[in-house]
Amino acid sequence: MTLSPSEIALQVSDLEVSFVDSDGSLEVLDKISFSIARNAFVCIVGPSGGGKSTLLRAVAGLIQPKGGKVLFPGGSEGKALTGLVFQKPNLLPWRTLRDNISLPLEIDHRPDAEISSLTQEMIHLVGLEGFEKAYPHDLSGGMAQRVAIARCLVQDPEILLLDEPFGQLDALTRERMGDELLRIWNERRKTVLMVTHSISEAIFLADRVLVLTCRPARLIMDLPITLPRPRTDAMRYLPEFIEAARLLHEQLKGSNLPVC
Amino acid sequence: MNETPFSAIKIGFWQRLSRNRLLLLLLSLLLFLLIWQVLVIVLNLPGFILPSPAEVGKKFIDVFRTGLLWRHFSATLGEILLGLLFGISAATLLGYALSKSPLAERLLSPFLVGSQSIPMAAVAPLLVIWFGPGLLSKVLICSLTVFFPVLVNTLVGLRDVSPDLREVMRSLRATPAQTLRHLEIPAALPVFLGGLRVGASLSVIGAIVGELVASDRGLGFLINVGRGQYDTALVFVAVICLVVLAASLYGLVLLLENKVLSWQTWRKEV
Repeated sequence: MTLSPSEIALQVSDLEVSFVDSDGSLEVLDKISFSIARNAFVCIVGPSGGGKSTLLRAVAGLIQPKGGKVLFPGGSEGKALTGLVFQKPNLLPWRTLRDNISLPLEIDHRPDAEISSLTQEMIHLVGLEGFEKAYPHDLSGGMAQRVAIARCLVQDPEILLLDEPFGQLDALTRERMGDELLRIWNERRKTVLMVTHSISEAIFLADRVLVLTCRPARLIMDLPITLPRPRTDAMRYLPEFIEAARLLHEQLKGSNLPVC
Repeated sequence: MNETPFSAIKIGFWQRLSRNRLLLLLLSLLLFLLIWQVLVIVLNLPGFILPSPAEVGKKFIDVFRTGLLWRHFSATLGEILLGLLFGISAATLLGYALSKSPLAERLLSPFLVGSQSIPMAAVAPLLVIWFGPGLLSKVLICSLTVFFPVLVNTLVGLRDVSPDLREVMRSLRATPAQTLRHLEIPAALPVFLGGLRVGASLSVIGAIVGELVASDRGLGFLINVGRGQYDTALVFVAVICLVVLAASLYGLVLLLENKVLSWQTWRKEV
């Protein structure tokens, strides 16, 4: 699978990250390399505490890597706007739902008319009409996470980075949010890099699943998921799905031996 | 069976009364005045020990008519407002600076805590010697009293801003000024206003301490005059004015809190 540079949205090469504190340094990422095609949906799975979130933060530019590079070959001027969604919704409690979604646009100094139309569009996209004036504490976990996704999408990022976005939701809501995410991704194609610890969620959503080991995290598997789209619940019982789950599970179990 | 409607009416009355805050306030004031008046009559105290509410009321009208009360009240109010202005500004700015530099905080905190353990009444004479008996020394004393609670609460409020929300701002590429405006100020506001509430009440004490040390105007001066002339009713008038002033300042901060912190759920129920 070779891609021309313009088709590559994100290229990570030999990425190394370590945290330094008074006790010395802790290697978190060990020479991680992969590239992602434009508009692909890629999931990362790995043991918890293994450095998956660190990888996302390094891609988002929130962490300075010790070595290696994060490149956006297809992006404008080699840069790309990344948007990050966290495990917790992390909404500002003093802002209404609408004002939380419009925050990135305010920070970007967009004109008022544009802010209000884009915000309304996002509220419609995530299906939260009628809750514009609600405060975060009045929202359910699933609703709050939709707002967080809308807040991220309103910037129109080229690359969407999702850090276990449904980790704190109950199983049913989690599946519904997965469907929602695919619907949104289908409406406005984006490159998505999502961290999850659910193997079935990764297979259901992604075009490719990357497996990371324990700290220091290395990339040990890059599994293409060939299930057709749109994905349906029935696919969860296809032999292909189950075979992918078995492969991923084996890899994760193997990598889990040195406990994180 | 016949008693049921009666007790229902009774509960309704008490419930309605307990909900009507203004009425309750007036009622408790009235009760207070009544006990005071009864005390004066029963103990048969002379006016210079404990004047009756009627005497104090008469005095109030006297000094109000001659403009004497307003002259001294406005002097104290001016000192307090200037003191609040300088005290709050200095405390907020220093609090912000210290929250950004843990080293500076560690260097300064012994002095800040130490300065707080010195009673203001002990420092007030010094400030009067250094800055004269005029407006400046009072404003300084008042500022110093307000300074500490506002500083500490600014510092705590800013330091407790959620790291998760800070990361959101960073991921949105917010500048430090935007982070201040959109995150730090609103997040620190509840704790900051708590400090302001304490500071506002303390500011009245600060101004009066300054005036009692040396002054030629203000409610503290009026208290000194009343004491010297055994005009206890005048002292009462001045004290009541101070109570009203302090309560109003406190109430103003409460109003401000209810306005800017309306997003906090529990406020809707209060």
